[in-house]
Amino acid sequence: MTARDEMLGRIRTALAGDPPGSSAPPAGDAPAPGYRTHGELGTPALLDLLAGRLIDYRSHVRRTGPEQLLDTVRAALAGRGARRVVLPPGLDLPGLDQPEAGQAGTFGDVELITDGGLSAQELDQADGVITRAAVAVAETGTIILDAGPGQGRRALSLIPDYHLCLIEADQVVALVPEALARLRPDRPLTWISGPSATSDIELDRVEGVHGPRTLEVILIS
Amino acid sequence: MSGPVYLGLPTAPRGVGHLRGDEPFPVAARRALADTQLRRNLGRATRTIRAKRAAVVGELPDWEALRDAGQAIKAETMAHLDRYLQQLEEQVTARGGVVHWARDAVEANQIVVDLVRATGATEAVKVKSIVTDEIGLNDALAGAGITAHETDLAELIVQLGHDRPSHILVPAIHRNRAEIREIFLHEMGDVDPGLTDSPAALAEAARQHLRRRFLSAKVGISGANFAIAETGTLCVVESEGNGRMCLTLPDTLITVMGIEKILPSWDDLGVFMQLLPRSSTGERMSPYTSMWTGVTPGDGPQQFHLVLLDNGRTAALADQTGRQALHCIRCSACLNVCPVYERVGGHAYGSVYPGPIGAVLSPMLTGVEDNASLPYASSLCGACYDACPVKIDIPSLLVHLRARHVDEVADAHRVPSPEAVTMAAASWVMASPARYEAAQRGGRAGRLLGRGGRIRRLPPPLSAWTSARDAPQPPAQTFRQWWRSEHGDINHGDINHGDIKHGDSR
Repeated sequence: MTARDEMLGRIRTALAGDPPGSSAPPAGDAPAPGYRTHGELGTPALLDLLAGRLIDYRSHVRRTGPEQLLDTVRAALAGRGARRVVLPPGLDLPGLDQPEAGQAGTFGDVELITDGGLSAQELDQADGVITRAAVAVAETGTIILDAGPGQGRRALSLIPDYHLCLIEADQVVALVPEALARLRPDRPLTWISGPSATSDIELDRVEGVHGPRTLEVILIS
Repeated sequence: MSGPVYLGLPTAPRGVGHLRGDEPFPVAARRALADTQLRRNLGRATRTIRAKRAAVVGELPDWEALRDAGQAIKAETMAHLDRYLQQLEEQVTARGGVVHWARDAVEANQIVVDLVRATGATEAVKVKSIVTDEIGLNDALAGAGITAHETDLAELIVQLGHDRPSHILVPAIHRNRAEIREIFLHEMGDVDPGLTDSPAALAEAARQHLRRRFLSAKVGISGANFAIAETGTLCVVESEGNGRMCLTLPDTLITVMGIEKILPSWDDLGVFMQLLPRSSTGERMSPYTSMWTGVTPGDGPQQFHLVLLDNGRTAALADQTGRQALHCIRCSACLNVCPVYERVGGHAYGSVYPGPIGAVLSPMLTGVEDNASLPYASSLCGACYDACPVKIDIPSLLVHLRARHVDEVADAHRVPSPEAVTMAAASWVMASPARYEAAQRGGRAGRLLGRGGRIRRLPPPLSAWTSARDAPQPPAQTFRQWWRSEHGDINHGDINHGDIKHGDSR
C-alpha cells in the first residue's frame, strides 16, 4: 500500500467512530460570519488609518496627489540617497521615461534599471526598488504585492535594502477579509507590514534583518 | 477510554525526532527552576509578549467572533480531513508542484534527503519550522552529508549554540543578549570581535553571516502555517525576511507540513490571518507573509515539493475528545500565559512542543505512555484556554489525558497502580458512614505533621504528593464532631430535615 493510501485509510478509520450526522456538510447557505467582513470608514479616514498604522510599525509615509507623484518619488529617492534603483516592468509612473526590460536609463542623477531577469547578486548591488502594490489593508498597516504589473517578481522587493511602494487610494481596504476578496490565490503574494524586523532577542522588536531595512510608502489621493 | 477507542493507529515512532524528553517533567523542571538566569530571561520575555498581545487583541471589536470562527473552521477541517488533503494534492499538482505523503518522521526525512540529493546540492537554507524539528530533519540531512543552515535568528542562535528550541515562536527565548553575543563570537567565524550585545548589532551580524548563503542557495526547506485545500496555496508567516529569501531565491523548495495545517477555503485566511499574528507576536500583522501556489514561471523556485506528514496525527484524530489538539496553529499564546511554562521554560517538557499545548499534543502524537508526565505539568488554571485563538479547551484535554494514562497503566499491568489501590480503598471507606467517620478521626493525626496550617512533607508513599505541593493540615475537629457539640447527638435523619440554625457556621 502506498503511504498516501495508508494515510487516507488511517484518517477514515479515525473518523469512522464519529456520531452519525456530524460529518454532513451544513445544509443550505452558510450563515453570515459573526466577524467583520466590511469596513465602515470613508476614503480619507481609511488613508489616515493606513498611514498611522504604517508609521506605527516604522515605515516612512509620504502623501501626495497624482500631479505631484513624480516629484514626490524624486524627493523620496533623494532623501534616501539612492543612486541605483531597480524598477519592475510596467511601473507606469506618469512623466517618467521608463527603460525597456533589461535596460538602464537615468532619472536626474539616479540610474534606473528595469528588471529583465537580474540575478540575486545584481539586485544586491542596487540601492533600492520602486514598486506598486495590489491592495493595502488599513487596519493592519499591510501592503500586498501580487507580482502584477508594476510589481515584478518577488525577489525585487526583497533583496534591495530600500523599498519605495506606491499605493493608490482606491487600492486601500479596511479589513483583512476585504483584501482577500480582491486577491487571486494563484499569484505569488507578499504581504508586507513594515520593514524587516525581529523580536527574537528578549522579545525586543528590532527593525532590519534580511528583508529591506527601510520601507517607504507613497499614498496617492 | 483506552485500547479500541484509538483504533490501533500508529503513533510517532521512537528513536527519531524530538517529541520525547530523556527524563520525566518533574525531574527536568526541578533543574530548570534552579537556573535563576533562565527564570529572569523567561519572566521578562513572557511579560513583554503578554502585554503586546493584550493590546492588539483589545483593538478588535470582533475578537471573540474570530475565535469562534477559527474553532468552527478547524472542527470542519478535521471532520473531512481526507477530502481536504486530496483536494490540496489535486490543486498543488495542477499548478506544477509535487506532493509526497509521509507516514512518519523516518519516511519524511528520507523523502527530503532524496529530494535534496537529486538536486546535487550539499547545503540547504531553512525557514524556521517546528515540524522539521519534530522529525529531526537536520540530523537526518547531516547523516546524508547535507548541511542545513537555519536562517531564522532564534533558530540560528539555537543551532550555533548546539542547543534545543525552548519556545514555539521564539526558540531562543531562554537566552539573553549577552549569552547570544557570546555564541555569535565563538561560533560564527566571520564576526567582528567588537560586536556589542545590542539587539540591533546582533541582528546585523546575523544579516551579514547569512547574506551570501541566501543569494547562492539552491535548495530551500520550509514548514507551513496554512495550506488552502480549495486553491493549493501555501502560506508562511514570518518577521525577518529570511523566510522570503528561502521561499523565493532557491531553485528548489521543499515544504514539510503536518496534515492538520490545512484549511478548507481561501476565505478562511481572513480569519486566521487575523488570529495568528495578534496571538503570536502581539502584532497587528507580522512583517512578512508569503503565499504561493505550485510553481510560477519566472518567479521563485521552479521545483516545488510538498511533504504531507502524519507522524501520530491520525492517532490523535481517532481520539474524539483529544482531536482538538490538532486545531493548534502554533501561535504560542498559551505558553506565554502559563504560570508553569513561565517558570520552567520549554526544555523541561522534553518535546519541541512545550507549554500547555505541548503537554497535550506531545502525548497524543507519541502515545500517552511515552510522555506520561506531561499531562500533569499543569495547575489547570485555565489561562491557556482563554488565550487560545481557536479555543482549544486545553485544561479539559489535560484531564482527559490523565484519565487515559491511568486507564492505560491499569490495562498494561495486572498489579494495580498505587492510584487504583488508593481509590479502591477510598471507595470502601466512603461507602459506610461509620468507616468514613473513623477515617476522618484518624486523619486528625495528620495535625502532628503540619505547621502553620500546612503539611509540607508526608512520609512515603504519600511523599509523592507533597514533593510538589503542600497538603492542608486537617482541622482540630471534624464537621460531625462540631455538629454534635453544637446540636447534641441527633440522628442523621434529623440533620437531613432539621432546621439548621448556623448554615454558615465556620
